Amino acid sequence: MPEPLLQLEGVHTHIGPYHILHGVDCAVPQGGLTVLLGRNGAGKTTTLRTIMGLWQASSGRIRFGGADIARMATPDIARTGIAYVPESMAIFTDLTVRENIVLAARSGPVDSARLDWMLGLFPALKKFWNLPAGYLSGGQKQMLAITRAIAEPRRLLLVDEPTKGLAPVMIRSMIEAFRALKQSGETILLVEQNFHAASALGDHVLVMDDGKIVHAGAMGALVADRSLQQRLLGLSLDAHQ
Amino acid sequence: MSEFPSITTEQAQTPLPRSKTDWLPLLLVPALALLALPFVGNPSSWVTLTVAGLAMGMMIFLMASGLTLVFGLMDIINFGHGVFISLGAYATLIVLGPLAAWGKADSLALNLGLMGLCILVAMALTAIVGALFERIIVRPVYGNHLKQILVTMGGLIVTEQLIHAIWGASPIPIALPETLRGAYVVGDIVMERYRVFAVVIGLAVFGGMQLLLNRTRIGLLIRAGVENPEMVEALGYRIRRLFVSVFVAGSALAGLGGVMWAFYRQTLTAGMGMEVMVLVFIVIIIGGLGSVGGCFVGSVLVALVANYVGFLAPKLALVSNILVMALVLVWRPEGLFPVARR
Repeated sequence: MPEPLLQLEGVHTHIGPYHILHGVDCAVPQGGLTVLLGRNGAGKTTTLRTIMGLWQASSGRIRFGGADIARMATPDIARTGIAYVPESMAIFTDLTVRENIVLAARSGPVDSARLDWMLGLFPALKKFWNLPAGYLSGGQKQMLAITRAIAEPRRLLLVDEPTKGLAPVMIRSMIEAFRALKQSGETILLVEQNFHAASALGDHVLVMDDGKIVHAGAMGALVADRSLQQRLLGLSLDAHQ
Repeated sequence: MSEFPSITTEQAQTPLPRSKTDWLPLLLVPALALLALPFVGNPSSWVTLTVAGLAMGMMIFLMASGLTLVFGLMDIINFGHGVFISLGAYATLIVLGPLAAWGKADSLALNLGLMGLCILVAMALTAIVGALFERIIVRPVYGNHLKQILVTMGGLIVTEQLIHAIWGASPIPIALPETLRGAYVVGDIVMERYRVFAVVIGLAVFGGMQLLLNRTRIGLLIRAGVENPEMVEALGYRIRRLFVSVFVAGSALAGLGGVMWAFYRQTLTAGMGMEVMVLVFIVIIIGGLGSVGGCFVGSVLVALVANYVGFLAPKLALVSNILVMALVLVWRPEGLFPVARR
């Protein structure tokens, strides 16, 4: 079995006096899309932020491409090839759409073929190219956040709840964009509350509860097993379709 | 900027939505000047007051511009910023000592050369002290505002005492270079030469900062860092180095402001930087934390109001700045052009 691209072993994270992650063990295989599911407060966002080094793991190992990144600083983690799209999107609203993307392309000018490919995923961004990003709608900001993350080739994308608060039509275009990203060979770890979107996209699934991974497996198996959905998530897919 | 991608294909024909420029704060300055005209009455007095206000505003901007970036980007409340103004002012003595003859010569070239050297030496000295100040005093208290206020205040007191130890505690008079003394007289309008010089320097620095912030990658990084330093790090940039660079540049700008302020007052005191810090904080708050443009508009606004009110109702001059700040904050609670959101 090939070594996973990302592996967390016994990761604990404290935020101030609060113990949020209680020994997270999980693996993200190379290629495809892994969905991290769980109720509010289960520790999904903390897991992504801990991988990025934005909150330091208090113990445990985080291996990425064979190297331990748990004690590395955030910029160094990003330079190993991990891109992060936070739940807040963290768009630079004072910068134009173009400037946001230029800044994300750390190694130099954006390759024009890649630019065409990125804007092909999110054509709406072309229209607002030279506008300050603060003028974009919520869905457009999310598109820009994802485009910024892929401005250069990355080895892993961490995306936190990209469909949160979006209109159904925007969610559909987001799902299409992630499908295209998967087809292009990107490896994605996606935190998602929308089970319909998660099941439409996911190849693998991790379910978190109370700061621990309580289930890991193929998404297809979870979609097919309603009792497992009920037990892990308190829902069945039918209710969300 | 050649590295910026541009879209030239089919989207070039798509009409772009127009960027909504926030003109209202920019209109405040001419509106204020025009509003003051009927109250001042005499147009030549009005022009003299306006030029004096603009010059004062430029000097405040020079002293405050570095601090607003430090404030916005690093979330550092540096009460010690005033010491860089004082140090910049005293650095003129390093140049004026051996080159006093350049200042007395009736030659514009020599006089400007002397001013240029004073500015260079002051900026170099304050940049070096700024780097040490950041490393020794500020770095241990990142993220703790209360400690920042206490520690930077302490740093200011210690550095002021060092100035006393090196240059003495008595005020030191300095003379303006020969060709910058006196005034240009056009009809009834009197404009002091040094104030016109200050306006030119202030505009040049503002223009340079705008170019840097809007046309270079380092400028993009600073603007992005002011807004969301965490995301800049997540993109792979080591923002700590940027912090230090901006702190050093901010200190050097304060040094430049100190030189201009010193020749304006023509007297050096170790506390001259601290004395002007109230004004500096007022313009930063008016402009919006982290905004260089806001700092520029705020500086001009405060200085014009101080000049007009000082002429029309001298007893109100002392409170006029606070009144301007209160009115601006009632209108825009985060300042004229807020960038950093804390």
